[in-house]
Amino acid sequence: MKKELQVAAVKDGTVIDHIPTEKLFDVVNLLELANLRDEITIGNNFASKRMGSKGIIKITGKFFNPEEINRIAVVAQGIVLNVIHDYEVCEKRTITLPDELKNIVRCANPKCISNNEPMQSHFHVVDKKTGLIRCLYCEKTMTLSQVKLK
Amino acid sequence: MENESFVTIAEHSKEDLLYLLEMAQHFEKQPNRNLLTNKVVATLFFEPSTRTRLSFETAVNRLGGRVIGFCDASSSSTSKGESLKDTIMMVSNYADLIVMRHHLEGAARYASEISPVPIINAGDGANQHPSQTMLDLYSIQKTQGTLENLNIHLVGDLKYGRTVHSLLQAMRHFNPTFHFIAPKELAMPDEYKEYCLKHHIQYVEHAEFNEDTIASADIIYMTRVQRERFTDLMEYERVKHVYILRNKMLEKSKPNLRILHPLPRVGEIDIDVDDNEKAYYFQQARNGLFARQAIICNALGITLSDLK
Repeated sequence: MKKELQVAAVKDGTVIDHIPTEKLFDVVNLLELANLRDEITIGNNFASKRMGSKGIIKITGKFFNPEEINRIAVVAQGIVLNVIHDYEVCEKRTITLPDELKNIVRCANPKCISNNEPMQSHFHVVDKKTGLIRCLYCEKTMTLSQVKLK
Repeated sequence: MENESFVTIAEHSKEDLLYLLEMAQHFEKQPNRNLLTNKVVATLFFEPSTRTRLSFETAVNRLGGRVIGFCDASSSSTSKGESLKDTIMMVSNYADLIVMRHHLEGAARYASEISPVPIINAGDGANQHPSQTMLDLYSIQKTQGTLENLNIHLVGDLKYGRTVHSLLQAMRHFNPTFHFIAPKELAMPDEYKEYCLKHHIQYVEHAEFNEDTIASADIIYMTRVQRERFTDLMEYERVKHVYILRNKMLEKSKPNLRILHPLPRVGEIDIDVDDNEKAYYFQQARNGLFARQAIICNALGITLSDLK
């Protein structure tokens, strides 16, 4: 039986797959897709064997550098990146946290200078698996579950 | 070491720390030197701290430099809503170096990122107070002849006391054995116990504070147990007289023991200890002058060879 594609295939570009449905629009915002002029398909609540339901984003003609794309690991683990050239998947990997998070999340410490000045936040990622991060300013260690997106 | 900001103790190597301590030794021999002629140092105390400010300002004055600044944010434009960035940018037009204390954690780190002149952290909220740690290290080295392989007993508020946390981090280079002596509510946080494990620092925890638990100490570092830190006031009432060092508790102590305290003390060292030769807290405060002279000169690119 022919497998029906849920959205049209991409010739050249990026497919971001296995996004938890409730995190889809966080990912859209983190990647600043509203500012792109490329062709974008955003789908949500698609059936997924692994997740039950999932979100998916396809962007034609756009390739992200690792620093741009890795920031979306802040909202969920297990999102999969596919890089497509001429309808072929050239790279497929699960997105992991970058070493540094610049201006992506807000420090959980209300007495941190980064919550009290018009400035960017900055964290070192201490443990990519557990999502442990350390604020470069107040030096407090916290988990991603304790922080909010900026 | 390059001329640089001095923001946090944990980022400094063993060599950096020993270098600054050697500089401080030279300043103790001769604290009055014309090394900062034509230099202006700003002391920006967004939060008052008379003791630390006087120590820094004395350090600059004895080196022939000039001091500008404020000792209360209400007398600066901060009270009008000026951002820290704007204050730092404005002052850096006038001064060669900025010494700052701020109630917000990480303020000095941020200032060091934006400032064209070096920043010295004179305390950023509950986070760091690295010049205090330098004077603690200097006092330990001076009284013990070494920083290596010492038994250091930390007593009192080990939960909120930033001085004990910074001292613990700085001592990681010197193979210490720490003894944590604190009421349950103010015990050393797990984060720092994990730090000890990671850096192979030995530690022992004690619930009791008596002459036997301190008999092996080379250094006793006392801190204040503050009523406002307790959620359970019954617990405070129970422990408030327990963590007080009295002279009779020192009978079994080692001859080389010295007692440190970051000051101010409020009763946690009985005044009958003051006359004991092992009491060192007032000299410790004096050492702050030499440690801060070293930190200031290093930040301005003055090297050890300039002091010899």
